Amino acid sequence: MSKNKPYDHAHHSSRRKFLKGLAAGIGLIALPDKQASASVWEEFFQKNFRELSKDDLKTVLARLEKKYSKQFAKQVTVKATPPIEGVRYGYALDLSRCIGCRRCVYACVKENNQSRDPQIHWIRVMQLDKEKGVDLSRAEHYYNPEKVPEKGHFYMPVQCQQCENPPCTKVCPVQATWKENDGIVVVDYNWCIGCRYCMAACPYSARHFNWGKPGLPAAEMNPDTHYLGNRPRPKGVVEKCTFCIQRTREQPGRYPACEEICPVGARKFGNLLDPESEIRYLIENKRVFILKEDLNTQPKFFYFYAT
Amino acid sequence: MKTLSFVSTMLVLVALVFVQFLLATQSRAERIKEFDRSGKLIVVEKTAAELQPAYNIKNKSPEKVFPVPRPPFSEGIFPCSQCHGYMKPNPQRRILKDYHEDIVLHHAEGQRWCTDCHNLLNRDKLRLVSGELIDFSESYRLCGQCHGDKFRDWKVGVHGKRTGNWNGDKQYLLCVHCHNPHDPKFKPLKPMPPPVRPDAASH
Repeated sequence: MSKNKPYDHAHHSSRRKFLKGLAAGIGLIALPDKQASASVWEEFFQKNFRELSKDDLKTVLARLEKKYSKQFAKQVTVKATPPIEGVRYGYALDLSRCIGCRRCVYACVKENNQSRDPQIHWIRVMQLDKEKGVDLSRAEHYYNPEKVPEKGHFYMPVQCQQCENPPCTKVCPVQATWKENDGIVVVDYNWCIGCRYCMAACPYSARHFNWGKPGLPAAEMNPDTHYLGNRPRPKGVVEKCTFCIQRTREQPGRYPACEEICPVGARKFGNLLDPESEIRYLIENKRVFILKEDLNTQPKFFYFYAT
Repeated sequence: MKTLSFVSTMLVLVALVFVQFLLATQSRAERIKEFDRSGKLIVVEKTAAELQPAYNIKNKSPEKVFPVPRPPFSEGIFPCSQCHGYMKPNPQRRILKDYHEDIVLHHAEGQRWCTDCHNLLNRDKLRLVSGELIDFSESYRLCGQCHGDKFRDWKVGVHGKRTGNWNGDKQYLLCVHCHNPHDPKFKPLKPMPPPVRPDAASH
C-alpha cells in the first residue's frame, strides 16, 4: 500500500491552507460589508428571543418597527406581548357546520401577512367523503365547485394544532421554535436557519417555508404585528399559525381572524382553563375528537359535532 | 324492667311520627277543577306530590341579556305598523297577493302561518306560544321554543357565530342573521379559490 503512493506532506498542507482560506473568504462574503448600516450588524448579532433582556427586546422591537415602517411605507407596530397568566388557548371546529367555503383561509392570509406570491396558506381545507369519514388518504384540497357544500361531502380545515406535546419543537437544532406558556407554538424568524426539520416532524403539515422572498403588497400589509406572529418574514424561514397571537394575547383579546370570518360559526376559541368558556362546554358536552390522536401529540385543536 | 319501659317509649315515639306523617300527606291532597283535553270541566283529586309546583309553562326570558345587532330587516319594512297600523287585521290563512308575496314560507309550512309568530294586533311584536309579546331583537326566544337544543348551544356560544373578544365583550348574532326565518336552511356559498397546485407554481 505504502509503496503505491508515499504520504505527500507538502500537498496535504497546501490543501489545508486552501480550505482555510476558502472558509475565511466565504465567511467574509457572508458578513455584512462596511457600508452596511448598524441595524444589519445588530440583527446579525441578535440573541435568541428567549435570551433577550428587557432592554435588548425594546431595541429589537424598535429596530424592526423602523425597518418595517420604511419597507411598507406605513406605521407598523411590533409587539412582544407575553402570555396571559392562567390562560391556555384551545380551538374547536364544528365539522357538522363547516361548509368548506375557505373564507378562513383568506382571512388568515390577510391578518397574518402571509406571502401572496409565492402563495402560503396556514389553513388548508380538505374535502372528504361522508361515506368514508375522516380518511385523510381521500382528502381533496383543490375542490372548486360553483357552490359549497357539495352533496355527500364534508369539509375539514387543518391548521397548526398547537400540540401540548409538539414534535416540531423537539427537532429544531437551534431552538428557534418552542411552546409558550399559553400553549402557542411559536417561531423566532430571526433565529430560524431554515433547515425545515420541523416541517418534516409535523404530522399535520401545518408549517410552511418561505421558499422565495415573501410577496406582500404594502397596501395589504396588516401593521398590527407580534414578534412571534404575523410580522413580515424574510425568505428562508418557517412560519405557522399562532392562534392570531397579536390579537388573542391582548386584554381584551379579540377572537382569531378565522373565527371571526366563519360564515357558519363553526369555529370556536377560548381558554381551556376557564370552566365557563364555550370551548370547555363543548368538550364536555359534544362529540369531540383530535386529529391523529395515536401520535400522542395532544393537540389543543378539537374537532367536534354539535349535532 | 328498665329496658322494657325504654322500648315502649320508643314505640310510642315512632307511632307518633308515623301518624304525623300520615296527617301531613293526607292534608295536602286536594280536589281541584281542571279542563280535560276536550275542554270539559272535570274534578280531579291530586296528591301532595302532584300539587308540588311543576315547571313554569311561561317561556321566561333568559336571565342574561344577549348583545345582538339590529335584526336584518328588509329596507324600509320596519316598523310594520307603518302599514299594518292602518289595516284591518285579517287572520284568514291565505296566499298573499298584494304584498309580501316574496315571502315563501318553507319552514314547516304545513303547520304554520304568519300570525303564529307575528302578533296579529300589534305587528311590531313577535308572539310566543305562551301569548307573551316580544321585540324582534329577542327573536331567539321565539326560535328557541322549538329549537331548544340549538338555543341552549347558542346561549353558551357553541351554536352560531360570536365575535368580539374571547376574554371580554362578545357580540352574538340573532338566529335570523344566518337563517331566513321563513326559509331557514343555510344557503350554499361560492367557495374562495383553491390553493395553487405546487406543480403549477414551480418554476
